[in-house]
Amino acid sequence: MSILETGAESAPRRLIVGPFNRVEGDLEVRLEVADGAVTAAYVSSPLFRGFERILEGRDPRDALIIAPRICGICSVSQSQAAALALAGLQGIGPTENGRIATNLLVATENVADHLTHFHLFFMPDFARAAYSGRPWFPAAEARFKAGRGTSARRMVEARATLFHVLGLLAGRWPHTLAIQPGGVTRRADRRDQMRLLATLRAVRGVLEAQLFGAPLEQVAELSDPAELEAWRANGPEGDFRLFLEIAADLGLDRMGRAYDRFLSHGAYPGEEGPFYAAGLMAEGERGAVDPAGITEDHTFARMEERGHPHHPFAGSTLPDAADETGYTWCKAPRLFGRPFETGALARQVVDGQPLLTGLVAQGGGSVYSRVVARLLETARTLIAMEAWVRALDPDAPWCAEGLNPSNGQAAGLTEAARGALGHWVSVERGRIARYQIIAPTTWNFSPRDAQGIPGPLEAALVGARVKPGEKTPISVQHIVRSFDPCMVCTVH
Amino acid sequence: MSGLATFSGTPDSPFTVLWLQSGGCGGCTMSLLCAEGPDVMTTLEGAGISLLWHPSLSEETGDEALDIFARIQAGEIVLDALCVEGALLRGPNGTGRFHMLAGTGRATIEWVRELAGLARYVVAVGTCAAYGGVTAAGLNPTDACGLQYDGRREGGALGAGFRSREGLPVINVAGCPTHPNWVTETLMLLAAGLVSPQDLDAYRRPRFYADHLVHHGCTRNEYYEYKASAEKLSDLGCMMEHLGCLGTQAHADCNTRPWNGEGSCTRGGYSCINCTAPEFEEPGHPFLETPKIAGIPIGLPTDMPKAWFIALSSLAKAATPERLKRNAVSDHPVVPPTVRDIKRR
Repeated sequence: MSILETGAESAPRRLIVGPFNRVEGDLEVRLEVADGAVTAAYVSSPLFRGFERILEGRDPRDALIIAPRICGICSVSQSQAAALALAGLQGIGPTENGRIATNLLVATENVADHLTHFHLFFMPDFARAAYSGRPWFPAAEARFKAGRGTSARRMVEARATLFHVLGLLAGRWPHTLAIQPGGVTRRADRRDQMRLLATLRAVRGVLEAQLFGAPLEQVAELSDPAELEAWRANGPEGDFRLFLEIAADLGLDRMGRAYDRFLSHGAYPGEEGPFYAAGLMAEGERGAVDPAGITEDHTFARMEERGHPHHPFAGSTLPDAADETGYTWCKAPRLFGRPFETGALARQVVDGQPLLTGLVAQGGGSVYSRVVARLLETARTLIAMEAWVRALDPDAPWCAEGLNPSNGQAAGLTEAARGALGHWVSVERGRIARYQIIAPTTWNFSPRDAQGIPGPLEAALVGARVKPGEKTPISVQHIVRSFDPCMVCTVH
Repeated sequence: MSGLATFSGTPDSPFTVLWLQSGGCGGCTMSLLCAEGPDVMTTLEGAGISLLWHPSLSEETGDEALDIFARIQAGEIVLDALCVEGALLRGPNGTGRFHMLAGTGRATIEWVRELAGLARYVVAVGTCAAYGGVTAAGLNPTDACGLQYDGRREGGALGAGFRSREGLPVINVAGCPTHPNWVTETLMLLAAGLVSPQDLDAYRRPRFYADHLVHHGCTRNEYYEYKASAEKLSDLGCMMEHLGCLGTQAHADCNTRPWNGEGSCTRGGYSCINCTAPEFEEPGHPFLETPKIAGIPIGLPTDMPKAWFIALSSLAKAATPERLKRNAVSDHPVVPPTVRDIKRR
């Protein structure tokens, strides 16, 4: 360690961090730093494409082709949100097979996202030279070095295998058109069910051998922080345990706390409600989400119509290119005026999963609890997928037919890997008159609002340690990536 | 070609690739990670291809990434291929400020123009980078275009006259998204020095996949032959007549080179929307409807004279076997093919 890297830095300075990679899309973070820590953060999405405007004037059915192309990493979730909104317009629901198959498609993408995030986006930071002195470094480098790590490479293969579920049931990934308001376009027969089980079994094998070193059920059943601590101390060897060791050594549980307010629209619709419950948790209390309380504030977005917050049915997307007040193309979503964090941790906490509820009670949302939530959810979801494949009934209907009304409005609310996703569509004279989208990272990477309240990431970055000479602080990288941001969705 | 040594890069002098993303969805990168047998990293390594920097896959972030750009600008690193994913955004008012390259205060379109001038080859990955794609749809709020095309017209961000240092125009690995192997094979061919202008089609797509039609190998071909048509999505019949399928006109090998194991759009039960073509995003009608005049689809199969199509399809319809008629409008085969005694054939 050189002398430059010791001691605290006291002179206030400003850092602009970008291009911020190993996230989906474009991100720039402006930091104000004093006494070796971040004192304020401003998060910027520097790419605007205007999908909401592109959708205007089109036949509503075209939303199923355009909207998924907002994002290549969670296109199936975008597709599902569009299909749910159209189903709402048409007043229909999917067939039973259609609902289960859609759940399988969305779950495949979500599990793949969690694996991509952990192995390719998040963990390579611990294989960086900055950590070469830590006892766990050689293991982290062997497994997670960008482009070379053994675990990363094996997971790229497993991920490609997992997407055979999409190839078989939905033609391809990303940008399938298989998900429709009334179900799915392709039936699975008995042979397909066996093939799907074989695919899931292969992925389960890799996760159990390499990621967890244990059966998925054992991970899914983890129920309190003490059990997780025991796993770290004496648990089976695997990427998961290595992460727990690193997290303990670096104090990742004390890093990146935001407001501890969590929101989930509920994932994987079932006969008796979603498989992961919908709702919120704020100030330690669970509650319901009332979509009427969702608004977007434009004060610090480069958008016109700044005067008041907009409910998505009344929202607009009018870029203000000359603007100097806004610092991002991202609007600021709020629920009854408050920012919320969304994602796997929110889903699991809202669902009442005991380990994550316990971790949040101890240390709140943090780099640590967000990553644990993703891994635990991966295990829970993959187990559920196997049951869903068995529940498909080849002889029952797959896709119901509906007609779009000439006028009407509806919302499609679902969960992408990164959290709550909503599409709000209004149709007039048979054409899309207004289409507004609030994506998970729009919630998480929101800018300040009219009250000056920072978005969740902006809040989570305050206090992040900055070492002398660091231009792209590693602690900031951990915190940003712990949200698994998807910037192309954020500003669509 | 002077033997295997030059067939691909070597660890000492790898074929270097810089990958930038602009107005797209990242889907072509995500698709690339689905390469199989072998996986993408093994494939590239085996061909001596090295990623100088990739926004999703590289370790370097922030100032370290900018250092790599600076070394390319200074000529310290030879840039063999510049890959661009996503449309180039010219707006607002020609400033390019709808996409600033984070951390640089400079529009991405300017970076692309500068780096393209230094690259031996420039590759547009995906239909957005090639022609503008979905980012340029509708009122095109960001004035999006492709690297060397603006829809069907030559021009785009680099201009019609652009040639990379090896004298080639932009190579358009079009598709929304691209098949992973279209990308890896293009890069391997470039690294091997095996791409000349004749290897690109009229829209400068690599002919190794663009000289095929999606119709080739379509599992619904028997329905097509008899014009036994699907009436709604999830039906098994041919989707050309009613559901807007463009497989007979779309240039790609999707049904002979499946996706994600054994998939393709038509195998997934929905129409081909011709996503490898410029302006596919604006068909001029709802995507999944076939525009017709007097009951005859306006868009006929490529290379097919209209009179012949009309004659053949009315004949074919008259001859459609009952099995195909019924299965075409069902989501599963309701009538299996007859099992005949082999001696009585």
